[in-house]
Amino acid sequence: MTATEEATEGSPRPRLLVFALIVIALVASLAASTLTGSESRWSPDLALDLEGGTQIILTPVTDDGSEITPEDISQAIEIIRQRVDASGVAEAEITSQGGSNIVVGLPGTPSEETLDLVRTSAVLRLRAVIDYTGQVLANTGLQPVYEPGVDVTEEQLAQAREQADLNGDGSISAEPTETPDSPSSDAWITEEILYQALTLDCTSESARVQNAYSAADSPVVACDPTTGASYILGPAELDGSHIDQATSGPRVNEMGQTIGGWQVNMEFTGEGGDLFGQVTTRLAGYPYGTAKNLFAIVLDGSIISVASLQAPILGGSASISGSFTAPEAASLANQLSFGSLPLTFEVQSEEQISATLGSEQLVNSLIAGAIGAGLIVLYLLWQYQGLGLLAVTSITMVMGLSYLTISLLSWTMGYRLSLAGVVGLIISIGISADSFIVYFERVRDEIREGRTLRDAVDYGWNRARQTILVSDAVNLVAAIVLYFLAVGGVRGFAFTLGLTTVIDVVVVILFTYPVMKLLVRTKFFGEGHRLSGMSAASLGADPVYAGRGRVRDRGVSKSEAKANAKKARRAAASEDAAQAAARAGTAVDTLDEKSQRKKGRAQTPESHSPGERPMTLAQRKAAERRAGRDEN
Amino acid sequence: MSMYSLGNDLYSGQRSFNIIGRRRLWYGIALAFILLSAVLLLVKPINFGIDFRGGSQFTVSGTANMGQQDAIDVVAAQTGDDSVRVSEVGANSIRVQTSELTNEQTQEVRAALADVYDVPVDDVASTFIGPTWGADVSSKAIQSLVIFIGLISLILWAYFRTWTIAVGAIGALLHDLIITAGVYVASGFEVTPATVIGLLTILGYSLYDTVVVFDKVRENTAGFLDQEETTYAEQANLAVNQTLIRSINTSVTGLLPVGAILVIGVLFQGAGTLRDLSLALFVGMLISAVSSIFLAAPLAVTLGERQKDIKEHTERVLSARPAVQDTTITRKKKA
Repeated sequence: MTATEEATEGSPRPRLLVFALIVIALVASLAASTLTGSESRWSPDLALDLEGGTQIILTPVTDDGSEITPEDISQAIEIIRQRVDASGVAEAEITSQGGSNIVVGLPGTPSEETLDLVRTSAVLRLRAVIDYTGQVLANTGLQPVYEPGVDVTEEQLAQAREQADLNGDGSISAEPTETPDSPSSDAWITEEILYQALTLDCTSESARVQNAYSAADSPVVACDPTTGASYILGPAELDGSHIDQATSGPRVNEMGQTIGGWQVNMEFTGEGGDLFGQVTTRLAGYPYGTAKNLFAIVLDGSIISVASLQAPILGGSASISGSFTAPEAASLANQLSFGSLPLTFEVQSEEQISATLGSEQLVNSLIAGAIGAGLIVLYLLWQYQGLGLLAVTSITMVMGLSYLTISLLSWTMGYRLSLAGVVGLIISIGISADSFIVYFERVRDEIREGRTLRDAVDYGWNRARQTILVSDAVNLVAAIVLYFLAVGGVRGFAFTLGLTTVIDVVVVILFTYPVMKLLVRTKFFGEGHRLSGMSAASLGADPVYAGRGRVRDRGVSKSEAKANAKKARRAAASEDAAQAAARAGTAVDTLDEKSQRKKGRAQTPESHSPGERPMTLAQRKAAERRAGRDEN
Repeated sequence: MSMYSLGNDLYSGQRSFNIIGRRRLWYGIALAFILLSAVLLLVKPINFGIDFRGGSQFTVSGTANMGQQDAIDVVAAQTGDDSVRVSEVGANSIRVQTSELTNEQTQEVRAALADVYDVPVDDVASTFIGPTWGADVSSKAIQSLVIFIGLISLILWAYFRTWTIAVGAIGALLHDLIITAGVYVASGFEVTPATVIGLLTILGYSLYDTVVVFDKVRENTAGFLDQEETTYAEQANLAVNQTLIRSINTSVTGLLPVGAILVIGVLFQGAGTLRDLSLALFVGMLISAVSSIFLAAPLAVTLGERQKDIKEHTERVLSARPAVQDTTITRKKKA
């Protein structure tokens, strides 16, 4: 029987050593990160509801009601992240939630422009290139006003405004001076475009969103973030809705043979194919390699691809090839696919949390946690006396490890502790107490069965471990389901609940049980001191009592059981008398226990051989009854 | 009598609460509460929070002025909206709920509220909630519930190797959920997403307790067909009694921190995540502690006794037993 083997298993020290190593590893990694990094890692970062900030929950919806895939969501998150990063808001938190929502958390009080950037959907447009920006500025004899990488000052903007005002009327016109004959016409280079060209610094992050929402029917200056170059582009000729789908794959020649490298394949819709045919016919008319031969695919004001044309592309399918790596090609295909979705964001909820309210809530929940923990400590000490201390230490270990782990996750994975997360931590104090209670009640049960304290600690563990594991598994499943499916603040709650459940298992196996084994070797606990919580007297299990109707279960012959029961029956002729005797027995036990204590540890007169389990009293009583019947 | 000696007597069977034997009584009580809750849920409109109605909400924190009329006037002046709900949140905060406002209106109302309550604008928290948000939360909650029950049924079935226990546990779980919802409706507290989270969390708790009781039932009834002394129901009853002290202790330690959050939440914060979450949890955990004792195990016994081998065994044991032995049995025969 495995229980027996495990019951005699060796020293508890290896488990404690593993536990100590875990704690040391956690503390050391946090210490190392605090020493090497600029900020302390001893406390987790707080989520917006505790720190104050703005949280927007968006649901992407398609105009045509088509299904939104997880890829669309992650692409949308990527795009929102780029916009938010570009707007200069640090530490924004953008996550998907429940598979269909996007949660954007912005610390502090973001500007309306930033919020608009978040709320607006991504726009994919195909525009013809009119010229390289640098070329145009050189032709007009102008110099950009900015210094690369430095924010443009008001002064520089005024200077650019003056330079761009070609006709000197004091305002910058967005109207072409003459009617452009095509979207590739130089006539589109208006005062407004010159102004943009003078001020748009493609080496700065904010350039990416500067022209994100230019109108489709007007020209724009756009950056190619990969090269840092900028182009002047004509009005949009196609948009995302004209693309049916985009995929990436190995580059093939016209014969369909792979020729090395990667390409992106675009399929246009019927209308899109016709339009693209017209555009490419016009662009292919310009000499290959010149600016006007290029067309640009612009997502959100940033150029994601500029390609030159050798020939008109008719028939509605095109492929873009270049020096792509496979991931680059895949990323471009994703962007095109996402841009082809007629996707808009619906604001589900927008919340501005004041830092005052957040810190108030944090303080209140910490007070609540302290009170709750204090009450549990008192209760456990009352219930389990000396062993209550072990329970309290175990709970402290669970809370300490949870805190360290959360700090570590905050550092490594950007986890942020929310109010619901704090509540989850507080509630889990109770869960970690549960594991101890389940274990210790089992130990008491084993003592009641007549085992010695030392045996009870091991046998009780073998039984309790299973119960603890399965009930913790139930808790974990609940936490996981909540985490993956639920919306709103559930996530932080589910996360801490799940985390502490796992930590609870670790602590109970690697700490509570081995320490219990060590404690039972001490005189105070091992000999069942009155205040140890393991006292056989207060449990009522003592030699006389345990010895009385003790019978063996399975594998024991009925006659033997009957004989035992008869012995018991002699002490009590009827059921009632038996109970009276049992009560009296308890009193005797107490006396007896005192004398036993003098001798040392209470021993059960019958030791159980491996594999046999004593009968429970109910079974025993039934046996007594049967014996009584048989005799009468 | 101390908990120790009570625990001992319960364990040995010297004292035994006849819980399984009176199961019809518990079923009756549970059914009455379920019906009451169901009727309440149908008749009384649920007090849905703003997350379910949609609208805008402002929380002014740290103000000395607790006058509610000021807020009503401010919102009416800025937006013409006169269906404003104002409530005090804790000792020095005011919560103002309005219909849906535009971004500009939100800015204006925030500024005006900061002005009239004499706090910095940053201390006025604003929330906009779209009308479908609450519905989204509810549908996700129901989805979670269904998936959870499915998964847990599989786990329980795999662990206990019998469907009766899985059904008993899930039955007790649904009972807990319905009655908690009923208590919520009866109390008239606002139902917010935090309440829904609380309800879902009860799932784990309710089962935790139930699983521990069932584990003991399983242990006590292992191989019981080989003996002729006690019936399945009696063994199960002993198991429930043997785990009673543990059930009480785990329930108390579970409820203590939740109770602390509830008291602190209500005292210092009024309406809010803390109160909503902890109230649902407190009620649910209390009910699930009771139901794990009085409902889950009796349900498993009722279902188990329908199985042929157990049924035959029970008859065998009872027929071999003279009339005046056990209170459980006498009651049964009278019934």
